[in-house]
Amino acid sequence: MSKKILLEHAHVAGIETLAVYQKMGGYESVSKALKSMSPDAVVEEVKKSGLRGRGGAGFPTGMKWSFLAKPEGVPRYLLCNADESEPGTFKDRYIMEKIPHLLIEGMIISSFALGANTSFIYIRGEYRWVLDILEKAIAEAYAGGLLGKNILGSGYDLDLYVHPGAGAYICGEETALIESLEGKRGNPRMKPPFPAVKGLYQCPTVVNNVESIAATPWIINNGGEAYAQIGIGKSTGTKLISACGNIKKPGVYEIELGLPVKEFLFGEDYCGGMANGKKLKAVIPGGSSVPILPAELFLKTAAGEDRLMSYESLSDGGFATGSMLGSGGFIVYDEDQCIVRNTWNFTRFYHHESCGQCSPCREGTGWMEKVLHKIESGHGESKDIDLLWDIQRRIEGNTICPLGDAAAWPVASAIRHFREEFEWHVKEPKLSQERNYGLLNKTVEALY
Amino acid sequence: MVDFSQATKDQIKIHISKYPEGKQKSALIPILHVVQKENKGWLSVPVMDKVAEILQIQPIEVYEVASFYTMFNLNPVGAHVLEVCRTGPCMIVGAEKIVDHIKNRLGINDGETTEDGLFTLKTVECLGACGYAPMLQLGDDYREHLTIEKVDQLIEELRGR
Repeated sequence: MSKKILLEHAHVAGIETLAVYQKMGGYESVSKALKSMSPDAVVEEVKKSGLRGRGGAGFPTGMKWSFLAKPEGVPRYLLCNADESEPGTFKDRYIMEKIPHLLIEGMIISSFALGANTSFIYIRGEYRWVLDILEKAIAEAYAGGLLGKNILGSGYDLDLYVHPGAGAYICGEETALIESLEGKRGNPRMKPPFPAVKGLYQCPTVVNNVESIAATPWIINNGGEAYAQIGIGKSTGTKLISACGNIKKPGVYEIELGLPVKEFLFGEDYCGGMANGKKLKAVIPGGSSVPILPAELFLKTAAGEDRLMSYESLSDGGFATGSMLGSGGFIVYDEDQCIVRNTWNFTRFYHHESCGQCSPCREGTGWMEKVLHKIESGHGESKDIDLLWDIQRRIEGNTICPLGDAAAWPVASAIRHFREEFEWHVKEPKLSQERNYGLLNKTVEALY
Repeated sequence: MVDFSQATKDQIKIHISKYPEGKQKSALIPILHVVQKENKGWLSVPVMDKVAEILQIQPIEVYEVASFYTMFNLNPVGAHVLEVCRTGPCMIVGAEKIVDHIKNRLGINDGETTEDGLFTLKTVECLGACGYAPMLQLGDDYREHLTIEKVDQLIEELRGR
């Protein structure tokens, strides 16, 4: 079994309560950091750990923290991004539901490191019951002297609030999240200025994913170097992978980075292999935005090496033959699934979720949705496939925020790796329609 | 003139207190959730105007937010809103069949409400329950691992409430 850092105590009865959480060693990092470390020393440990942002981008957390501007007399804010909306991703919910105090503990030491005295957890509005779990845990932490004024007699003050969103994928983008927290539409901001300089209320702000913040207590307790020894190369530590789709055991798994993908997908400790005796057709390893890979390229790189669950290995080959670890939203497709239908579905998602600020994204996502629907519903022409390629290329890189890229990549990768299947839809409109719920297609052989 | 219940007013006050002075607009989304619940699941113009008055902002600042976020309904809805996820991970394990079944069973299309005002069907995008799919949201709860039988049971259960 892989090393557990985040979910080690997730199944202890009553772990959602302060008493049990503390009995299992919870909040030790708070007394260690607040009583014996300087804020800069905390930042230094996180830097040494090599922890990378777990929301999807994989940017080093400690480095992000070190960019925070510190003008005199201006408040700073730490915002926890619990907007979790990337299709295929449901890992942050797991942490917050099972061990809410782990996130609160991480928020305290991270806020201390950044010199923030007010912090917010921005949670997607649909996770209403999770918000209640968090607020209950926060109330316990206040009562236990872990939040509020003069925490554990250290002189450090912190107020922590939970703020709900209301159904908008775009609010997972950090500047859209800030706008939303200010009570506005979730329209991403132009950068620069970056949030580290002008974020919430135009004050210096750091936005971190739930899982990144939840990793900090272990790092403070055990040291950044110890964390860096877990994992492989620059993919240090453990990662939560939320596995779904046509597998035997969908769910949230904590893995040590570097685990072979074969072991994760087929191993009994993890996904347990394909459901219903079907064969593997394709995998999206890091949430709907990252490129889809056909079975053979998912299991082995183009160079023939076994792929690993790490930032580097999953992106080996670039977008030509690789993908990304992303948010860890692991979606598995069996031989019965229709790639055209799936791509149409995702494009509809991005069209629905585009904030509408930038024309390439606002118009392009809707255009791609229409063209894909045309192909999927049996009215496609072969020039439509080239048209799709052209549209996605003109969206990518031409928008304020990464939603444009996120909408373009699934289309590009689907055409790149499954062009024959798009062509089959065009050539066999009747057959493709009869198989609208996605039945085995004729032209692409399932390989495993 | 719209007025809110004392319980709602108390909740509004708590929400406003979480944000720095002068930044009360931050409480807009949390407040809209609260008043939508009191107003039978939707936001009417008078309700939104009242919120604008409380927060000392322009009504348009409330409308533009209410219309941006999918959880806010700008038209009346049924007593029970079945919000079925239709995004990829749910689709590949049968969400379309669940949606079709609800449509047939209740005789309504996506976005419509049954004549008796009991049910509204709303298909929604990813709710973060991909591993427990297919699923739907019902008020503050998720119903996961759905089957046709479970949907039938749920509809009967809700009719009996």
